[in-house]
Amino acid sequence: MSEREASGAGALDGARYEIVVGLEVHCELRTRTKLFCGCPNSFGDEPNTNICPVCLGLPGSLPVLNRQAVEYAMRIGEALHCQVRPSIFHRKNYFYPDMPKDYQVSQYDEPINVEGWLELPAGKRIGITRAHMEEDTGKSTHMGGAGRIGDATHSLVDYNRAGVPLVEIVSEPDIRSADEARAYVSELRAILVATGASDGKMEEGSLRVDANVSVRPAHSATFGTRCEIKNMNSLRSLGRAIDYEAARQVDVLQAGGRVVQETRHWNEDEGRTSSMRSKEEAYDYRYFPEPDLVPLVPDEAWRESARCALPPMPGERRRALAEAAGTDPASVALLVELDLDGLVVEAVAAGADARIALNRAANEVAADLEGARRLSPASFAKVVSMEAAAKLTATQAKQVLAALLAGESDDPEAIAARRGFEAMDTTALEIVIDEVIAANPEPWERFKGGDPKVAGLFVGQVMKRTKGKADGKAVTSILRERAGGG
Amino acid sequence: MPDSLSADDVRHVARLARLDVTDEEVELFAGQLAAVLDHASDIEALDTHEVPPTAHPLPLVNVLREDEVTPGVERDEVLAMAPAAEEGRFRVPRILGEAP
Amino acid sequence: MSGGGALAIAGAVRSGERSARDVVEEHLRVIEAAEGDIHAFNLVLADEARAAADEVDRRVAAGEDPGPLAGVPVALKDNLCTRGIPTTCSSRILEGWRPPYDATVVERLRAAGAVAIGKTNLDEFAMGSSTENSAFGPTRNPRDPSRVPGGSSGGSAAAVAAGFAPLALGSDTGGSIRQPAALCGVVGVKPTYGGVSRYGLIAFASSLDQIGPFAATVAEAAVLLEVIGGHDARDSTSIPQPAPAVSAVLDEGVDGLRVGVVRELMDGIDGDVAAHVSRAADALSAAGAKVEEVSVPACVYGLTAYYLIAPAECSSNLARYDGVRYGMRVDADDITAMYGATRAAGFGPEVKRRIMLGTYALSAGYYDAYYGQAQRVRTLLIRDFENAYGDFDALISPTAPTTAFAFGAKTANPMAMYMSDVCTIPSNLAGHPAMSVPFGTGDDGLPVGVQVMADALAEPTMFRVAAALEEAAA
Repeated sequence: MSEREASGAGALDGARYEIVVGLEVHCELRTRTKLFCGCPNSFGDEPNTNICPVCLGLPGSLPVLNRQAVEYAMRIGEALHCQVRPSIFHRKNYFYPDMPKDYQVSQYDEPINVEGWLELPAGKRIGITRAHMEEDTGKSTHMGGAGRIGDATHSLVDYNRAGVPLVEIVSEPDIRSADEARAYVSELRAILVATGASDGKMEEGSLRVDANVSVRPAHSATFGTRCEIKNMNSLRSLGRAIDYEAARQVDVLQAGGRVVQETRHWNEDEGRTSSMRSKEEAYDYRYFPEPDLVPLVPDEAWRESARCALPPMPGERRRALAEAAGTDPASVALLVELDLDGLVVEAVAAGADARIALNRAANEVAADLEGARRLSPASFAKVVSMEAAAKLTATQAKQVLAALLAGESDDPEAIAARRGFEAMDTTALEIVIDEVIAANPEPWERFKGGDPKVAGLFVGQVMKRTKGKADGKAVTSILRERAGGG
Repeated sequence: MPDSLSADDVRHVARLARLDVTDEEVELFAGQLAAVLDHASDIEALDTHEVPPTAHPLPLVNVLREDEVTPGVERDEVLAMAPAAEEGRFRVPRILGEAP
Repeated sequence: MSGGGALAIAGAVRSGERSARDVVEEHLRVIEAAEGDIHAFNLVLADEARAAADEVDRRVAAGEDPGPLAGVPVALKDNLCTRGIPTTCSSRILEGWRPPYDATVVERLRAAGAVAIGKTNLDEFAMGSSTENSAFGPTRNPRDPSRVPGGSSGGSAAAVAAGFAPLALGSDTGGSIRQPAALCGVVGVKPTYGGVSRYGLIAFASSLDQIGPFAATVAEAAVLLEVIGGHDARDSTSIPQPAPAVSAVLDEGVDGLRVGVVRELMDGIDGDVAAHVSRAADALSAAGAKVEEVSVPACVYGLTAYYLIAPAECSSNLARYDGVRYGMRVDADDITAMYGATRAAGFGPEVKRRIMLGTYALSAGYYDAYYGQAQRVRTLLIRDFENAYGDFDALISPTAPTTAFAFGAKTANPMAMYMSDVCTIPSNLAGHPAMSVPFGTGDDGLPVGVQVMADALAEPTMFRVAAALEEAAA
C-alpha cells in the first residue's frame, strides 16, 4: 500500500469523508515525588540521579502509593465531570528496557475516573471515557544512526522518569477535525493546570498526546478502522499529524484499499506518519491485579475534599466573563487562557465599560503578561473608566496602561497628570484642525474630493501639533465635518 | 482448555516470556505443562459463577504514603553492578521497536 | 551443638556473662566442621558476623540495651536482601549483584542485636520442595545426608538442624518454611499474610509469600517472630498492627481449645505420618483440648489453584531479570536476543517451567479459565476455612505427606514434587498463619512434622497448640 507523499497531504475531501478522532493524553502529575517511591519527580536532572530500589525495580523492593498523586487524579476526575470510583492497579506485562520491572503498574478495568466530559470553548462536549493512574517509564537515548531508533547501534537508559505519576485521559471518538483536536487538548491542558495537577508543558513532555484517527464516508454511522498516531510534541504537530493521517487514509480508501489498524509514528520534519510495526508479534500484556498494592476506595469525604480543592474551571470562567461583559463565551476564551478574565470581571463590577475593558485587556494587557501581574483590577478599572468618560483619548489610555504595566505607579490619574494628559475640548481641537487645513490647501482639496490616502496626513499633523493629546476619532469626525461630508 | 500444548504454543509462550528455548526444552515443557494444566481440569469443572475472585488475602484498602522525598541510591553504586553502563546511564543493545 | 538455644545465648550476652564474639566464634567452628557435608550456606558471613558481634559487645559494655536477641546468630535465606552482601536466590541470573539496601527483617534483626551469620541455600527463587533446584548444588539433610532437607528454605532448616545457627529466617509461598522444618525436625512458622514485612524479600509469588522463623523450639520461634513482625510502611500489604505477642501465651496450655483435624489433608498421606498426626490429636485431647475431625472441602483444590496463581505471579515478578540493570547478561546483537539468551542461561529448569506455566496461564484467552478461576477457588477456600474457624480455634494436619525423601526421587516428575506441598498450600492461599512442629520420628528414623493452622492473626492460639504438641513430643 503506497504511503501518501508528504507534499501531497492536503485538506481532506470534506464533502465526502469525515474525520473521527479520539485522543489519549498522558499527563505527568506535579507531585514532589514519584508514584510509588520517595524519589524526586523532577525534569531535567542528571541521568539516574533520582532513583531508588523501588523505581529501579530492584529485587525485593515494593511500591507504596503516593497520596498526593491520588488527590490530583481525583481532582482531574472531578474537573472532567467523571464518576470517581473505587479502583485497583494491574500489572501490564511487556519487556522494554525503559521499564525497570518489565511490567507497568497501571489501572486497567477498574480505573479511578470514568464517564466524564469536557466542553470546548465553542460549546461542544467531548466525552471522557476514563482518566486512570499509571506510572511513567524511563527514557532511552538512541546512540549512533543520528539518534533514530532503527539505525542506532545501542541505547542508553535513564530511569529518572521511571515511576513518575501519570493520569491518562482517554476521550471518546467525538472529535471531528484537527482544529477540534487542538481545541480539546488546549482546553484539557487549561483544566489540568487549573486543578494544580499539571504544569501543562508539552515541550517538556509533561503532556503527551496520542491520537486515534479514522475516516468514514460522510453521514456514515459506523467508524472506520483507526490508526494510533504517536510522537506529536505540540498542538501544531497534533493538527498537522491528524490532517496528514486522515488524508492518507482517504487516499487508501479511494484507491480501493483497506486501512490497516496499527500504530504510526509522526515525523515532524518530514510531515508524515509512518508505520511503527516491527518484527515483534502482537503484544499480549497479560494484565493481572498488582498483588503488591491494595485497592483504592475513596470515600465521599475524600471526594468532597478533592472537589473543594478545585478553583473555577476555564469553562466556568468563560461563562462568568461573558456574562459580565455581555458577550459570548467563545469570544473570551483567550482572556481566560491568559488568566486575564479576573481583571476584566472586577473592572466591570467596579463600573468600567465592558467593551473597552475587554479590548484593552485583550490587546495592551495581553501583550505584557509579565506586567499584567502588577496590574491591580482597581487601576485597570480606573483607566478604562477615564477612557470611557473621554478624560483620556484612546492613545492616552494606552500610554497610561503601559505605564501601569511597567510598574511606574499604580495610580492612573497621577500617571495621566504627570504626562499632562487632559482631554482637549472640542473648540481647541477645531482651532488646531483649521490651522492644519490652512497650511495644506492642496491635500485638503484632494481630501474633499474623497481621496482617503491624505486623511492620515491631516490626523498626523493634528497629533503633532497637540503632542498626541487629541483623540484620533474626534479628529477624523471634525475633518469630515469640515469637508462637508459629515 | 487444550488437552496438550503444541510445540508452537510453547514457542509462543517462550517468546512472550523472553526465554530462548531449545527443541528439547520445547518438547519437555509441552509435556510437563500439559500435565499441570491437565491437573487444573478439576477446578475448571467447579461452578464459580457466584464466587468473586480473591486477588489478595488481606482486606486492606487505601494504603498511602505522604508526598515526601526520601533518600535514593547512589548512581555509581548501582551502575557499577550493571552489565554495561555509559555516560551515567545503562547501556543496552539496539532496540528493535518503539515502546508499545 | 553449641551452648544453649537462642534465648540462653541472648540472656548470657545481655548479662555480660558471655561475649557475642565468643558465641559467633563457636558457631563458626561448628559450621567449619560440618558445612562441607551439609551445604546449608551460599555464603558464610564470618567477618561480618564478627564485626556485628563486636558491636553487640560494645553496646553491652556501654550499658546500652543490646536487644532481645543480643549476640544470637541467625541464618538468612539467600532471597533476603542484605546491603552490600551478595543475594543470589541461588540463581545464576543474580550473579554479581549486591543489594544497595537491607530487607526490613534484616534491619529488625540487627536492631534486636541478632548477628547474621550466613546466607542459606534455597531452591532457585524459592521454587521447589527439596533445595535440589539451587544453581549452587543441593543442601543435605543433617538428620540423614542421603535425604533432601525439603525446600525451598532447605538451607535455613538445615542450618538450624545442624546447629550452625540457633535461628534462621525463611520464606514460605506454598510451604517453603514448614515442609523443610518438618523434614529437618525443627520448628518453622509461616505468619499471617501481612504479619511480617516483605520489603527486601525477593518476590516469588507476591500474594502468597511470607517471611517466617526457623528455630529448634517453639519458644525461640516465638521470640524471633516478635522481633521481625509488625507493621512496615514500606510494604503496602503489611498489617497496620504490632507483631502478635506469642511468647507470653506459650504456657497457657490448650485446655478448652477446640482443635480440628482436617480430613482432606489426611488423604494420600503416608500411613506412618498420618499415625503421628493421630497421636498428636490424642496428645492435645489429653491436654484438655476438644479435638474433632473437620472438613475443609476446598482444600482438595488448593494445589491446583496454587500451581496457577504462583507461576502467574512469578512470571511477572521474574520479568525484571533481563540483563539490563543488574545480574548477568549474555550479550547479543539486539535487545530482544539479549533478553532471550540471558534468561535462558540465567534461569534453571524449574524456574523456566514456572515462568512458562504462568505466562501461559495469564495469556490472552486463558486468563479466566486459569488465573481467574484459581482466584475464585481461593475465595471458596477462604469461605470453607471461615466455616471451620466458626467451630474450631485451630486446625492440625500433617505438614508434609512423607518424611525426607532421597535425592532425585521426585526431580523427574514436577507433579510428584508439587504434591509435597499439598498440606501447606491452603494456608498460603487463605493468608492464614500455620507452623510445623516436630512430633517424633517415623519408622525410617526421620523426623515427622505436625502442622498447626489458625485463623488470620490468631498466632497466639496457634503457638499455644504448638507448645502443647512440643511438650507432648518431648
